[in-house]
Amino acid sequence: MISIEVLIAQVPDLDPGDLDRWIGNEWVRPDGHAGDYAFREIDVARIRLIQELCHELQLDEAALPIVLSLLDQLYDLRRRMRELGTGLGRTVPETARQELAAYLYEYRAIDDMTA
Amino acid sequence: MAEDPYKTLGVSRDASQDDIRRAYHKAAKKHHPDLNPGNTKAEERFKAASAANALLSDPDKRGQFDRGEIDAAGTEQARHPSYRDYADGEAGRRYGQSGPQPSGWSAEDLGSIFGSMFNGGGRPGKSNMRGSDDRYSFTTDFLDAVNGATRRLTLPDGRTLDVKIPAGTSDGQVLRLRGQGGAAGKGGVDGDALVEIHVRPHPYFKRDGQHIRLELPVSLSEAVLGGSIEVPTPGGSVRMQIPAGSDSGTKLRLRGRGVPMHGGHPAGDIYASLRVVLGKPDAALEAFLRDWKPEHPHDPRREMETSP
Repeated sequence: MISIEVLIAQVPDLDPGDLDRWIGNEWVRPDGHAGDYAFREIDVARIRLIQELCHELQLDEAALPIVLSLLDQLYDLRRRMRELGTGLGRTVPETARQELAAYLYEYRAIDDMTA
Repeated sequence: MAEDPYKTLGVSRDASQDDIRRAYHKAAKKHHPDLNPGNTKAEERFKAASAANALLSDPDKRGQFDRGEIDAAGTEQARHPSYRDYADGEAGRRYGQSGPQPSGWSAEDLGSIFGSMFNGGGRPGKSNMRGSDDRYSFTTDFLDAVNGATRRLTLPDGRTLDVKIPAGTSDGQVLRLRGQGGAAGKGGVDGDALVEIHVRPHPYFKRDGQHIRLELPVSLSEAVLGGSIEVPTPGGSVRMQIPAGSDSGTKLRLRGRGVPMHGGHPAGDIYASLRVVLGKPDAALEAFLRDWKPEHPHDPRREMETSP
């Protein structure tokens, strides 16, 4: 757990007013409550990400919720894909997995038409 | 040896600081690792662009580089772990849509991501994988809904279903009984039974969120003299002291005796509103009142408008 003092030391150019607003908008969701927040490493990385999106990528704050939501969905989907991969690895026989891999390599959109 | 930073950013050697900044922003937008998860090429390009920008955006360092005093290597700033390093792993569930705890896949997940794979895509000869969700409704007693209970529900097809009604269930709430719905096709998952709960009204308890309201009859002497009386609550009667001189309409609270704690809601309270009940005519009371001279005479209808 990372206190707000340690956070500010780790991210020196962080404006506390910005941080309050981001937490208020639930773009950053630390544990604890106002005055006694506890951040995790992922929260710190997310704060740096939001800073980069705003400063280096010149994103308007108004567009941030859309970008963050899309990113969250993307990571969700990647997690789902990995879970699927693990599930296939544990439940599907080796030969079927090889067939699937071969099919994906050879995949052509036209195959969809037969479905 | 790192690549020529001018080449990395795609600017000429006499580019202005503005040109360099613009080129860097353009590269950053395109190759930011969090916008390209899993794409190591993008990550390399982003790192290279950051390093090139760090060198060229600083006029002193740029001068040293142009004069050949330093090379492009060694100027890469140590980058903090990117958001992706966390978001892509288990820690990323914190900002995921299905909550921070790992959760199984729902039928909707399977359907929305892999529709044609798990429902057969409508091809003939394949059964649906998951059974249907069946809807039922069930009427329960007020106290069972407040305190929680297990009740047996007989389905139209003769099957019986034990429904666990959790404490604090409110009217209209739908309980999902996993796997108790329609049978699945081969190798599939049975559907769920969705049971809508209706709560029968109680003769004297009224539910108000977590609180229970009730009108509590008291005798004239209890109201005037006060005393210890028994109050019914959903969890059984409790004794309560009523103060002397409690009038009809006086509200008393029994803390924590309302709807029991459930699902993150703390236990509610009981709000009892007193109602003075005179009972059968009583000769002694009548005789007393005839001779009674009140200490503070008053007209209880003084505040009411009189008819013209």
